[in-house]
Amino acid sequence: MTDTTIFGLYAAAAVGFGLYGLITNPQPLRKIVAFNLMGSGVFLLLGVVGRRGAAAGFGNDPVPQALVITGIVVAFSATALAVALLLRLFQTAGSATLRDDAPASASINQSGD
Amino acid sequence: MTVATILEMVLGAVVLGLGAWTIAARETFAATVGYVAYGLLVPLIWVRLDAVDVALTEAAIGGGLGGVLLLGAAARLRASEPAAAAETPGKIVRLGAAGASVMVAAALSAAVLLLPDPAPTLAPAAIANASATGLANPVTNVLMAFRAMDTMLEKVVLLLAIVGVWSLASDQAWGGRPGPRHQADPHGVFAFLARLLPPVGIVVGIYMFWTGADHPGGAFQGGSMLAAMWLLVIMAGLTDTPPASGRWLRLVLIAGPGVFLAVGLGGVCFGLAFLAYPPTNAKPLILGIEVAMVLTIAVTLGLLVAGAPERSPQR
Amino acid sequence: MSYPATVLDAVTTTRGFLLVLSIIVPVAGVLLAFVVGGRHIERLAFATILFGLAIAAAILVALQQSDGPLVYLLGAWAPPLGVALRADGLSAVMMMVAAVVISAVGVFAGADFRPAAAESRAPFAFWILLLGIWAALNIVFLGGDLFTLYVALELVTFAAVPLVSLDGRAETLQAALRYLLFALTGSVLYLLGTTLFYGLYGTLDIVLLSHRVRAQPATLVAAALMTTGLLAKTALFPLYLWLPPAHAGAPAAASAILSGLVVKGSFFILVRLWFQVMPGLPGFAATQLLAALGGAAIVFGSVVALRQERLKLVIAYSTLAQIGYLFLMFPLALSASGQLESGGALAGGLLQAVSHATAKAAMFLAAGSIYAVLGQDRIAGLGGVWRALPIAVLAFALGGVALMGIQPSGAYLAKELLLQAAAEKGQWWWAVVLQAGGIFTAAYVLLVLAHVLAPAKAPIASDRPALRIQETAALALALCSLLLGLLPWEAYLPIAQGIPSYRLGPEAVSKTLSKVLLPILGGTVVATLLGRWGPPPAHITSWKPPLAVVDPIRRIGLALGDLIERSDGFLRQWPVAGVTLLVLVLLFGGCNADGLVMRMQARPASGRHQLFA
Repeated sequence: MTDTTIFGLYAAAAVGFGLYGLITNPQPLRKIVAFNLMGSGVFLLLGVVGRRGAAAGFGNDPVPQALVITGIVVAFSATALAVALLLRLFQTAGSATLRDDAPASASINQSGD
Repeated sequence: MTVATILEMVLGAVVLGLGAWTIAARETFAATVGYVAYGLLVPLIWVRLDAVDVALTEAAIGGGLGGVLLLGAAARLRASEPAAAAETPGKIVRLGAAGASVMVAAALSAAVLLLPDPAPTLAPAAIANASATGLANPVTNVLMAFRAMDTMLEKVVLLLAIVGVWSLASDQAWGGRPGPRHQADPHGVFAFLARLLPPVGIVVGIYMFWTGADHPGGAFQGGSMLAAMWLLVIMAGLTDTPPASGRWLRLVLIAGPGVFLAVGLGGVCFGLAFLAYPPTNAKPLILGIEVAMVLTIAVTLGLLVAGAPERSPQR
Repeated sequence: MSYPATVLDAVTTTRGFLLVLSIIVPVAGVLLAFVVGGRHIERLAFATILFGLAIAAAILVALQQSDGPLVYLLGAWAPPLGVALRADGLSAVMMMVAAVVISAVGVFAGADFRPAAAESRAPFAFWILLLGIWAALNIVFLGGDLFTLYVALELVTFAAVPLVSLDGRAETLQAALRYLLFALTGSVLYLLGTTLFYGLYGTLDIVLLSHRVRAQPATLVAAALMTTGLLAKTALFPLYLWLPPAHAGAPAAASAILSGLVVKGSFFILVRLWFQVMPGLPGFAATQLLAALGGAAIVFGSVVALRQERLKLVIAYSTLAQIGYLFLMFPLALSASGQLESGGALAGGLLQAVSHATAKAAMFLAAGSIYAVLGQDRIAGLGGVWRALPIAVLAFALGGVALMGIQPSGAYLAKELLLQAAAEKGQWWWAVVLQAGGIFTAAYVLLVLAHVLAPAKAPIASDRPALRIQETAALALALCSLLLGLLPWEAYLPIAQGIPSYRLGPEAVSKTLSKVLLPILGGTVVATLLGRWGPPPAHITSWKPPLAVVDPIRRIGLALGDLIERSDGFLRQWPVAGVTLLVLVLLFGGCNADGLVMRMQARPASGRHQLFA
């Protein structure tokens, strides 16, 4: 097993941790952190794929590197949008939960009742 | 097993441990701090993977700006903590989630172990075509030439994220200044740092961008460095965020994708193709796009961290 | 490692620049609208929409005159290093539908999102996001590279999520956050699969991959991850927790886009992945699993729709059911040799998507008109509304009729094609699901119409007068969906035997009658048994004897409905949906592995399992 492969296994584990946190943690901000951890795992995996493709004097295939850079910016935008939504939800509703206990018909109830 | 390998394994284990901490920690703020530490160590792995361009980006955007964003949110959400903790799912659900996550991670690990040897690569193709742009940094070549479409679209992603964040403003605050007005002790450490660091940071940011043509670095890394310096000055209360309705601000925010689009169309006019550069002028054209992109990236990232407009525009 | 240097389509075709235009025109619209803002944003958006509509039409024409797909190599770089845009019949059709729906929604929204003298928040965000979704969808339909498609998927999500919470109420903010977080989870899974594909084959180009993909274990993992990620974004049952509150809570114009177009984006990429990247990989078990989820979505979504109290929620749950319909084509397209074929079944599935896009957008717009006038949309309070809004009610009814699959709608044609494929493949059980789907659709459409056409309980106190232009936009879309079956689809979709014709004759009349009567009669029965009705009106209580027979059956129906409604609440909990998501990854991996083992046993002599030489 090469060093690169070990990083690949770490990446898979990071994805696993992220998935677990995303599913079980009720606080939306923790879900956002878990999403970032998962994303970081995917990017690392791309880095491992690129490292395995080292050739022509490059220690890492430039194409996966470019994909990771684009991916990091996209993931950051997603984080910013999610955090802004969460803060606004907290400000408006006074709580920050994703649970809708009441059936949807009641939770989006309108004027007119 | 060499010393380097052992060091790598230790580094990986520490990073992974921090990652696990962000999931397992009881308090959200503590988990966020853990994530920031994680984000600061991951670039070391990227250096070990011989991907310095990514290491710089991950440190600046993933660790730095992402950390500021998450820490700020965690501080503002402290009051929601007890209610959230009460909603923790039961043991059966947690066990099921753990089992399923482990199995998915195991399948992924198996796939990693089964990747082909020798691995397919586009590195030789990237080298063979590097002469078309005159840039020596292969990653910049991929971003600005071979896969220029992705890079341009990603600028549109940033713009739509700004529109999305701004759309969360209240109607009264529309067009106003994003985020809270920060106040810091004008003689405190923070204000001191905010006066000391930016001149250095701005020089480093511009250098990172400029050197990106031939060495690791580029518009993303330079832009996020500049954004970090701008945020530092804002958070120290030395300056305020610009009002969202400002015409100049709007122009800066679309400069990156706008110039990219214009140069891309220029390629069509010269009888080449959309997003193709004439070989003789490729380098200046790409640098031109990158100058616009650095500005746009710096301002966009800063405003994404600042959040939705919160204060009504003053006339 | 060397790969074949030449690919058949590694050149830009003559009219390929149209593909670039279809993307950069809405992108330029977004950039300009962001700078201009203020009062002119609406006019700018209309100009962009007209331009975009013309480009979509030009692509349809250009494709008909060309021998193969239109191709454009961006920056003149050929894949695998560069990125190609390609338009085949499927892309051209989807692009045209997107253009038509966006135009109609633009007309409708012109009244709702008219900027005042000063720039205001909602119109600014709406018009920019609308153009953003359009640009992103066009990239989804044209992108030839799995990573470019990833960026496009994220663009769609980032533009769609803020539309959900445009009114800023706590409920819609929560719906938007759930949508964003679940969609992001799906994207990460998709990106994971993409990463593995690059590591395995050194390219992300769809055409190149189709030549290189082999049935290997790592490929199966990649395929399972990508498939499940896309299903989460498409909201296929049981991964739909985000859909009902998001689609029902958004402003009407946004709901029409979200339900009509946005979920089709990830569906389209799934079709590309299964039919083009790896047509030989998913075997019998995987395609049956996918269609079984679709079948479950039809039953589940329809029953929950029947039990909703609000019109917009009925339509949102109807979307859940109709998404299920889109997945019935997969087992019907599987050939005897285990390859997914681009034939009648694929054409049927695509037509279903087209037909649902137009009909559902029409129904949401009609519901929006009704809501605007009544100030609420409780079904029990819809009596007499047809007097105030005759055109909107007609649009809703025609949209519903089109969805049911009654001639000459697009859904009818889709159903015929799928039934034909089911008969050819000997998979009669999907024919049953297809027929049942029509009946269930009829049930909730009839339930709503019965309330709408009932006499008003109280005079309608209207918030504002009906806007004829809004109602007309809805009606135009409904008519579009209803007449889709008359268009010459053979030019764009893989329809081999030709389309069943509409010639008149005694036999055709009786056949048509049976096809109309089956869903309507069946739907009436289902609606009676499972629907949520108030106390029976006076003129029905006089039918004592039949009620005595119906009552016990209805009680069973109600119990069944209760059960399904309760499991709906269960499945929409975040942790449950999350675990289900992972279980589906494992299931799809397992199903594909099953197919792999079978194939390896079938070809012991060949030594290597090269499937697509």
